[in-house]
Amino acid sequence: MIEFRAVHKRFANGTTAVHDLTLSMPAGGITVLVGSSGCGKTTTLRMINRMVEPTSGTIHVDGRDICSQDAALLRRSIGYVIQQSGLFPHRTVLDNIATVPLLLGWGRRKARTRAAELLETVGLAHDAGKRYPHQLSGGQQQRVGVARALAADPPVLLMDEPFGAVDPVVRTQLQDELLRLQKELDKTIVFVTHDIAEAIRLGDRIAVFRTGGRLVQCATPAELLARPADPFVADFLGAERGLMLLSLIPLGDLPRRPVPEGGRWELVLGPGRRPKGWRDRSAGDGDGALLPVRPLRDGDSLLSALNESVGSPCGLVVRVDTEGALTGVTSREEVHDRAGTAHASAARAASAPPEPAPRAGDHPPVADPAPASAPGTTGGAP
Amino acid sequence: MTVEWDWIADHTGELTALSVSHLQAALTAVLLGLLISLPLAVLAHRVRQLRGPLLGIANVLFTIPSIAIFVLLLPVSGLTRTTTVTGLTVYTLVVLLRNTVDGLDAVPAKAREAAKAMGARPLRTLLTVELPLALPVIMAGVRIATVMSISLVSVATYIGDGGLGQLFTDGFQRNFPTPVLAGVVLTLLLALVADALLVAVEYVLTPWNRKGRRA
Repeated sequence: MIEFRAVHKRFANGTTAVHDLTLSMPAGGITVLVGSSGCGKTTTLRMINRMVEPTSGTIHVDGRDICSQDAALLRRSIGYVIQQSGLFPHRTVLDNIATVPLLLGWGRRKARTRAAELLETVGLAHDAGKRYPHQLSGGQQQRVGVARALAADPPVLLMDEPFGAVDPVVRTQLQDELLRLQKELDKTIVFVTHDIAEAIRLGDRIAVFRTGGRLVQCATPAELLARPADPFVADFLGAERGLMLLSLIPLGDLPRRPVPEGGRWELVLGPGRRPKGWRDRSAGDGDGALLPVRPLRDGDSLLSALNESVGSPCGLVVRVDTEGALTGVTSREEVHDRAGTAHASAARAASAPPEPAPRAGDHPPVADPAPASAPGTTGGAP
Repeated sequence: MTVEWDWIADHTGELTALSVSHLQAALTAVLLGLLISLPLAVLAHRVRQLRGPLLGIANVLFTIPSIAIFVLLLPVSGLTRTTTVTGLTVYTLVVLLRNTVDGLDAVPAKAREAAKAMGARPLRTLLTVELPLALPVIMAGVRIATVMSISLVSVATYIGDGGLGQLFTDGFQRNFPTPVLAGVVLTLLLALVADALLVAVEYVLTPWNRKGRRA
């Protein structure tokens, strides 16, 4: 658990990077800090391992005030994944991963053994260990960055736009891997991004910052999408906010119907009753060209179902079990109805317990547009 | 002008001794220059205000004519090897100091920041991250300083030292070109061999620069 209490950061040049931040990040969850550039999200992250020292206020990690600890020792106890990997270009992948264990005095052999283990954890081949960072692709480098952060098994992991520099396909892979790892490792993760879709995908909780280092809203993805705290957040979430909300809701028990007999379109099945595609019966005999179908499992989201229903030639969404065998079809109308009701109920659920989202305005004084002139507000750190 | 090979054959012992003495003077100077430059360069790199003055002083020292520097040192250390080495060391500073500062500047900020974020303290970061990454630029300076020192040792002949330089005065005084030619060729050889060895040292010390990009 990471707790910010009334944390303020003003840089030497007078700009306020973080304004009166009170926020707690639950243990064993991914808290995503999101906002446009210059909103203080990275500064907030970097204050947790004292790469940036707060001007005033306190930060506790697992109940301990971070300013009461030696900064170097604190940093060894917190994993850190840096933008564009930040690997040491002169060290092999294995030695990069072993950095923190070596700093902790593990001894070379034990550190290397651990590093080799982590190569596998993050999905890299064993022989990648002997390479140098510049010999790897961007995505592989990023995996090494994650492995390096995990090497000493720290309870807290800070990730500063770790997937910002890789292409979208690789980014999605890395996001999936992170979610898989998190299921296994159950770390307390703080993740900075400016990509709202990434935030929705990864976050258990999302904290939205605005310029001037003010936290506007901190909520679960569903709450955030259903009930943005103000027009700024709504605007930040974008025009597809409603669709993003659907991406959080699984298809689940939406009724499956048998595939209709006859009609213009025929669903062609392959071995193991796996759907292959739709065939147009009116286009004459023979195998003809199959229109591709992307069958959905129950864990897939309503958004994917909506997408399929739009693309399907006959408006039917094809459903399969975990093995990929056909279980039935669902009509476009049923998907749309469910999407509508799910959206409404998510909005209701989000509003039911009116959780007091910590907002900049919640703390007195209400308005503080002028730079704070009280000398007592600086030098809060012991 | 002919080379009298007999003279060379008769003096191989002397030529070897002079070469060794020549190389010793030059290498000691480079080593001392490095020992002085490293801490000063780290200082100049970390404290921006000191950079200008330190590099400026090294530049000014470099402009002192080489004979003058030996003469200036005479009252302090007399006609000794110390005078030779001290003079040469002063000249190495201008190259070594500047290259070491440039090398440290060239270390990627990300690597330095990563070391700090992993919990490395400043000295460890310097030794295990900054200096290794600055090594190619530092080594370029070491190579220049070495070749320069090897060619400069001869000037110390004026104070009775000078390694192979002694062959020049000997040859000029007797109007006998063979020792002069032998001295020139041996000085060149020493410089070439030393430079080649330094290239090899750098190759061994920077394995990460040899591996090609991913296919």
